[in-house]
Amino acid sequence: MTVSKKAACNSHGQDSSYFLGWQEYEKNPYHEATNPNGIIQMGLAENQLSFDLLESWLAANPDAAAFKRGGHSIFRELALFQDYHGLPAFKNALVQFMTEIRGNKVRFDPNNIVLTAGATSANETLIFCLADPADAFLLPTPYYPGFDRDLKWRTGVEIVPIQCTSRNGFRITSSALQEAYQLAQNRNLKVKGVLLTNPSNPLGITLNRNELNLLLNFVDAKGIHLISDEIYSGTVFDSTEFISIMELLPNRNSELSNRVHVVYSLSKDLGLPGFRVGAIYSNNGSVVAAATKMSSFGLISSQTQYLLSAMLSDDEFQKKYVVENRRRLKNRHAMLVRGLRRTGIPCLESNSGLFCWVDMRHLLRSESFEAEMELWKKMVYEVRLNISPGSSCHCVEPGWFRVCFANMSEDTLQLAIRRIKSYVDSISAMKTGNARSRTKSISKWVFRLSYHDRERDR
Amino acid sequence: MEHSLRKQEQILSKIANNDGHGENSAFFDGWKAYDTDPYHPTQNPNGVIQMGLAENQLSFDLVEEWVRNNPKASICTAEGASEFKDIAIYQDYHGLPAFRNAVARFMEKVRGNRVRFDPDRIVMSGGATGAQETLAFCLADPGDALLVPTPYYPANDRDLTWRTGVKLVPVVCDSSNDFKMTLSGLEAAYKTAQDSNVKVKGLLLNNPSNPLGTVLDREALTMALRFTNDRNIHLICDEIYSATVFDEPGFISIAEIAQENPNCNTDLIHIVYSLSKDLGFPGFRVGILYSYNDAVVACARKMSSFGLVSTQTQHMLASMLSDEAFVERFLAESAARLGARRGVLCRGLAQMGLGSLRGSAGLYCWMDLRRLLKAATFEAEMELWRVVIHDVRINVSPGASFHCSEPGWFRVCFANMDDDTMRVALNRIAKLVIQSSSNSEAAAARKPCRRRSKLEVSLSFRRLDEIMMSSPHSPMTSPLVRART
Repeated sequence: MTVSKKAACNSHGQDSSYFLGWQEYEKNPYHEATNPNGIIQMGLAENQLSFDLLESWLAANPDAAAFKRGGHSIFRELALFQDYHGLPAFKNALVQFMTEIRGNKVRFDPNNIVLTAGATSANETLIFCLADPADAFLLPTPYYPGFDRDLKWRTGVEIVPIQCTSRNGFRITSSALQEAYQLAQNRNLKVKGVLLTNPSNPLGITLNRNELNLLLNFVDAKGIHLISDEIYSGTVFDSTEFISIMELLPNRNSELSNRVHVVYSLSKDLGLPGFRVGAIYSNNGSVVAAATKMSSFGLISSQTQYLLSAMLSDDEFQKKYVVENRRRLKNRHAMLVRGLRRTGIPCLESNSGLFCWVDMRHLLRSESFEAEMELWKKMVYEVRLNISPGSSCHCVEPGWFRVCFANMSEDTLQLAIRRIKSYVDSISAMKTGNARSRTKSISKWVFRLSYHDRERDR
Repeated sequence: MEHSLRKQEQILSKIANNDGHGENSAFFDGWKAYDTDPYHPTQNPNGVIQMGLAENQLSFDLVEEWVRNNPKASICTAEGASEFKDIAIYQDYHGLPAFRNAVARFMEKVRGNRVRFDPDRIVMSGGATGAQETLAFCLADPGDALLVPTPYYPANDRDLTWRTGVKLVPVVCDSSNDFKMTLSGLEAAYKTAQDSNVKVKGLLLNNPSNPLGTVLDREALTMALRFTNDRNIHLICDEIYSATVFDEPGFISIAEIAQENPNCNTDLIHIVYSLSKDLGFPGFRVGILYSYNDAVVACARKMSSFGLVSTQTQHMLASMLSDEAFVERFLAESAARLGARRGVLCRGLAQMGLGSLRGSAGLYCWMDLRRLLKAATFEAEMELWRVVIHDVRINVSPGASFHCSEPGWFRVCFANMDDDTMRVALNRIAKLVIQSSSNSEAAAARKPCRRRSKLEVSLSFRRLDEIMMSSPHSPMTSPLVRART
């Protein structure tokens, strides 16, 4: 008896540290009252800051969740609705929401939306539609660890990294793009497209106009696709700073528009990962047609489509939510950045997302991924924080960690910051102790401290 | 136009460009006819009646009553709001424990508590559609094959082969023995695969059968188990219609057979399930994969990320399915209503001299229209089908779409309409039969090369009444149907 090669291999990526940290957390999860010494989960990019807004809407609109419309039961209608074109009211509402998030700078046509069970399914489905096994997609690093599973596992497609580094704030450069393309060619892989996440996970930055045009020029020249995963589009603290790839298309030839696709989901912006709401948006009718048929393998529950269609077509609520959610995320982000800075730990300057990209290079024993793993293990087991090491995101430089801030209370975040501070202090104390006997080390350490002072002033 | 279409093809994948989704088949004509002109008793009485959709709409009143009485199950009402956040952020692909427990208990009840299901082996999927595809991904590599008895559910082709690259090899069954699967049929299919150098990885059974409406007996299931065990290949049982059994012979699950054969290799046994048919909830996308193989459970669970059940839905169903009193009442009542409705259809058909395969399950009849065919060919079946859709104005599913090896069989669904619509449908079929009889009489008197004219729907109402009210023992009763009084 054998199972398939897919079942036997590791392409699901779940042996990666990203998932292992998660497992450790599950074994010993922090709880304010019952397990105050447990591991605090900072490896999960969840948005838990605005549930009260959703809950009060629900309390004021009980029909939507009770299978009712205008007081009458529509249970039967919903239970039978399995049309893969999706509930029209939901697609309309979703499109409105996406437009709102983009400050009305883009028009979306509900007929170009394909509903899927989460962005996980949307991304896999798009790859199935655009690439054959052994083809490749280029992805800027660092990237969301789940892409290894979502884009490669069952599709047989390869990911070739576009390396980005801290030298220029992890921005995508023309040379990095060319190098990635060349690397793919050297490996005899046919490049079918580029997939980017904008805003970026794990960086928490929005791509600037320069980068986006660079990418469009690149895919135009190569005749390949561009997938823009805009799952974090609603988490941009200052809305004017988000440029959706769709905004730049009107200035481009229509053939290129046929190869640009957006992925979205309500898991991050609305904080509803359990409801499995994902979407593909494409101006390419053939892609929409093929993806729609494939969505049969992962449709959204009609019960959920109905609830969210009611919620998102409440214009007033939707507008209010988007603004308030951004504000809360911005504040929480600032809290983490400040707290880390006081500990001498800098973050990549960021304007979006549910996490910070934290620079712990100075805490590494050596500039290596072994040292990064060592530090990560200390973080998980000693400091008792599950954070995600950069290597799990395919970062080329060791020492960077993704630290989430939106999936816990303020108190928990402050506790996490305090734990980091005591750890860093204890390390410094140890170093001081060692340095007493070695003058060279003292001056090095002093240099480091003053370097951090300078960092604070940035 | 053609140039840009070709360009489009070049930028899409092979899978996106091919027909593996099955939707370009001629059989979608029936759907299109219905979609453009759906029957409505008052607004569109001449529209097409949908009898091509296997949906269970007979027992919603029971469910709606339960929903009304249990507002807490809906996490978003005032009663259930306190759980909203926890449910909404729960994205663990193991699924809510309460949901898995409830599904396991429900599946046990459907099997008369003759077997136990371990909730930890329950894996979610995007409907049975997702479960089937996931199993194909887990058990077979591209180019490998699964054996499937014919006639079979048309979307098996899409679900099992489209994105997986797996092949289906038919195990041919025919009416000579009521379409029962035989050992020689299995062996022949296996040999066909081997002769083409195709590796067979498993056998897929659908029990109760779509489209036959029959259940597999103990002998057949044991034979299938032995056949697969002996060759070290997998046995997948799609038991999606398990609670639609309304008569003897009753349902025997592969789980029971496994229990009865303790020496069998359970690592090879997997069950596909869903709530779409038994409960009538296709919109909620609740697919279940149950495997006795730990590696398959582990792999399938990771793959379930691509099609998890909405936690909002998991929560509601956990509540509903753990209400034992409701479940027992529902199962009994639903089966009774299905049985009664099928009886109305089959008796009505019998009175017109149309037989259907005797069955004790499902949401459809496997109707024998062979004697209405111009010739025993699939072309004639297509022709008859077009007449049924466009002239008689009923959408039924022709046997060829199920890969049936004999022309003339049609699947007719009965559970997706009310009593009145069923009556109208029977009237229309009666007209077809009468017209067909008079046509064949007239044709016998004409030159054989003359083309038959399109069916005219003109009928003496008196003749129709005679047909509708004639006793089950009328000389027109088909030998295939045992009349029920």
